[in-house]
Amino acid sequence: MSTVIANARRMSSAPYFTALVTVILLVALLLAGGAAYPGFLSLQVMLNLLIDNAYLLVIAIGMSFVILSGGIDLSVGSVLALSTMVAAWLLASAHWPPVAVIAAVLLLGAGFGALQGVLIHFFKLQAFIVTLGGMFLARGLCYLISINSITIDDPLFVTLSQAQLSFFDGFVSPGVVIALVMLAAAIFVAHFTPFGRAVYAIGGNEQSAHMMGLAVGRTRVAIYAISGFCAALAGVLFSFYMLSGYGLHAQGTELDAIAAVVIGGTLLSGGYGYVAGALSGVLVLGAIQTLIAFDGTLSSWWTKIVIGALLFIFCVVQRLLSTRSKETQ
Amino acid sequence: MNTRSLAAPAATFTPGFIMNHPLFKPMAALMALLLVDLIFIPGFFSLEVKEGHLYGAVIDIINRAAPLMLAALGMTVVIATRGIDISVGAQVALSGTVACMLIADNTSMPVALAAAMGAALLCGAWNGLLVAALKLQPIVATLILMVAGRGLAQLLTDGQIITVYYKQYFFIGSGYLLGLPFALYIVAAVFAVVALMMKKTALGLFIQSVGINPVAARLAGLRTATLIFFTYVFCAACAGVAGLMISSNIKSADANNAGLLLELDAILAVTLGGTSLAGGKFSLAGSVIGALIIQTLTYTIYSLGVPPEVNMVVKSLVVFAVCLSQSAEFKNLWKRRK
Repeated sequence: MSTVIANARRMSSAPYFTALVTVILLVALLLAGGAAYPGFLSLQVMLNLLIDNAYLLVIAIGMSFVILSGGIDLSVGSVLALSTMVAAWLLASAHWPPVAVIAAVLLLGAGFGALQGVLIHFFKLQAFIVTLGGMFLARGLCYLISINSITIDDPLFVTLSQAQLSFFDGFVSPGVVIALVMLAAAIFVAHFTPFGRAVYAIGGNEQSAHMMGLAVGRTRVAIYAISGFCAALAGVLFSFYMLSGYGLHAQGTELDAIAAVVIGGTLLSGGYGYVAGALSGVLVLGAIQTLIAFDGTLSSWWTKIVIGALLFIFCVVQRLLSTRSKETQ
Repeated sequence: MNTRSLAAPAATFTPGFIMNHPLFKPMAALMALLLVDLIFIPGFFSLEVKEGHLYGAVIDIINRAAPLMLAALGMTVVIATRGIDISVGAQVALSGTVACMLIADNTSMPVALAAAMGAALLCGAWNGLLVAALKLQPIVATLILMVAGRGLAQLLTDGQIITVYYKQYFFIGSGYLLGLPFALYIVAAVFAVVALMMKKTALGLFIQSVGINPVAARLAGLRTATLIFFTYVFCAACAGVAGLMISSNIKSADANNAGLLLELDAILAVTLGGTSLAGGKFSLAGSVIGALIIQTLTYTIYSLGVPPEVNMVVKSLVVFAVCLSQSAEFKNLWKRRK
C-alpha cells in the first residue's frame, strides 16, 4: 500500500505529470464516448477530430511558444480572420496566383507578430495590452477590406478543400497533414535547438536568461513572429475549410487556443510544459464538442461550461503541484 | 494621500501643475475629440428640451457610455491591485439574463434586481477566491468565468433571447430623472461613493500599496488577500449594474452578445485614464474620462460619415499610442534623437 502511495507521489511530481493527466483524460473521454454511443470509436470519427481542429492545433502550437516564454497573444483569432480575408481578396480582386497568395499571407502574419514582439520587448509594454490592440487592429483591417464574406473559388483552394488523403479505412484533409508537420517541426524547435532552450529560459526567468547572455530581444520578437505565422497558417487552413474570407471568422479562437495550451499542461506563468501538449489539449476540446454533438440532446453552450470547468480543474491542479514542488525544494 | 489632496489647491493655476496633473493627458485627448466634433459636426453641443427631457449629442454620449463607465470603475480598482478581470462581459450577460428571466416570470422587480446582483456578486466572489485564495494568475482565473459565464447564461435562457415588457425595468437603462438620463445618476452615485471611500478612508492607500508591492503590503500588516477578494467582488457588482442597464436599454437579455468585448473596452478606458496595467496608482476620474473618450470616438466616427468598420482600427491605434506614451523606453528614444 505504502509503495503504491510512494509511486503515485513520485509520478505526480514528474515534470510530465500534467501533460500525462491530459492524455489520460482524453482517453477516458473517448472511451466514455465509445461506451455511450455506438460508432463513436470509429477511425473516421477520430480523424474528423483532427480534420475539424487542424487550424486550432496550428494556432495552439504558436500560442505554446508564446505562453512558454511567459507571454500571451490575444491577436491570433483576428490574425486568422485577417489572413482568410486577405487571401480571399487577393484571389478575387487582384487575381494573384494562389501560391503567391499563401506566401504573402504567411509573411503578413509573421510580420504582424514580429511588430507586436518589437513593441512588447523594446518598449517594455505588456503583452496582454499590445496583443489586445493587435486584436482590434487585425479585425478592423478585415472590415476595411470588406464587411461581407468573400467567397474563394480558386481551383487550387477548392481542390485542397475537397482533397481526401486516405489513411487506412478513413481519410484526412491536407490541413491535418500540414498541422501535424507543423507540430513535429515545433517539437523539434522547442526541445532540440538553442532557440527552444532560450524560449524556456525566458519563461523561467527573463533576467537570468539575459544574464546568461541569451539574446532575449531577438528570441522574443521571433516568438511572436512564430505565433503570427501560425495564426496566418491557421487562416490558410481555415480558408481551405470554409472557402471564404470573412471578418467574423474564428471569433474567440484566441481563448480556445489558450484553453487548449493550459489543458495540455503548459503553465501560463511560463517556462514549464511541452509543445506536444497543444495536441492533447486541442483533442480534449474537440472530443468534448464531438461528445456533445453525438449526444444530440445537449446544447452547444454545454461546450463552454465544460471547457470552463476543465480550465478550472487544470489551473487548480497546476497550482497545487507548483506550490508543493516549491515546498519540497 | 490626504496630504497631497489638501496641498493641491495651492498650486492649482501654475501651468506646470496643470501639465503634470495625471488627468491632463486624458482630458486633453477628450477635449481634442470634442473640438473635432465642434468643428465638423453641426449642432454637436446644442441641447433641446423635449417633454421635459434634455436631448442632444452630448447627453446621448454620456448615456451610452454609462455601462462602460461603470465597468471601467470596477476594473480600475482590480487593475490597481495588479489584477485584471476579463470576465466582465460574461457577468454583464449573466446579470441581465437573470433579471430579464425573473421579470418575464412576473417576479416583482426588487426581487429580480436583487437576484441579478446576487448572481453578479457570486461571480465576483468566485473570481476573488481563485485569485486571492488559490493565487491563480488573474487573467487565467477570470478566463474561466469568461468562457463558462456566457455558457451558464445561455443555459438559463435555453439559448433564447428573452424579451421583456415592463415599464419600471426600462427606467434603469432609458428612464429620465429631472431631465437627465437615470443611468447617469447611477454612475454618479457609484463614482461618488467609491471616490469618497478611496479619499476619505485608508482604503485607497491600501489598494495602491497592494498594487505597488504586494509582499511589502502584506508584511506591513495589510490583509492583502481580503482586499484583493473584495476588489473582484466590487468589479462584479459594477458589471452587474452595467448588465441591468444594458438589458433594460435594449429591453431584452441576449446571453450571447450582451456586453461582448465590454471587458476589453473597460481595460482600454482604464489605460486611457492613466492607470498603469502594472498596478499601483490609479485614477477613478481618469477611467470615467477614458470611457467618455471611447464613446465620443465611436460617436464621432459614426457622425463624420466614416464607415463604422474603421472604428476598430482607430481604437487599436489609440491603444498603441497610449501604451507608447506611457513607455519610458519610448520617451528615452525621443530624448536621444533630440
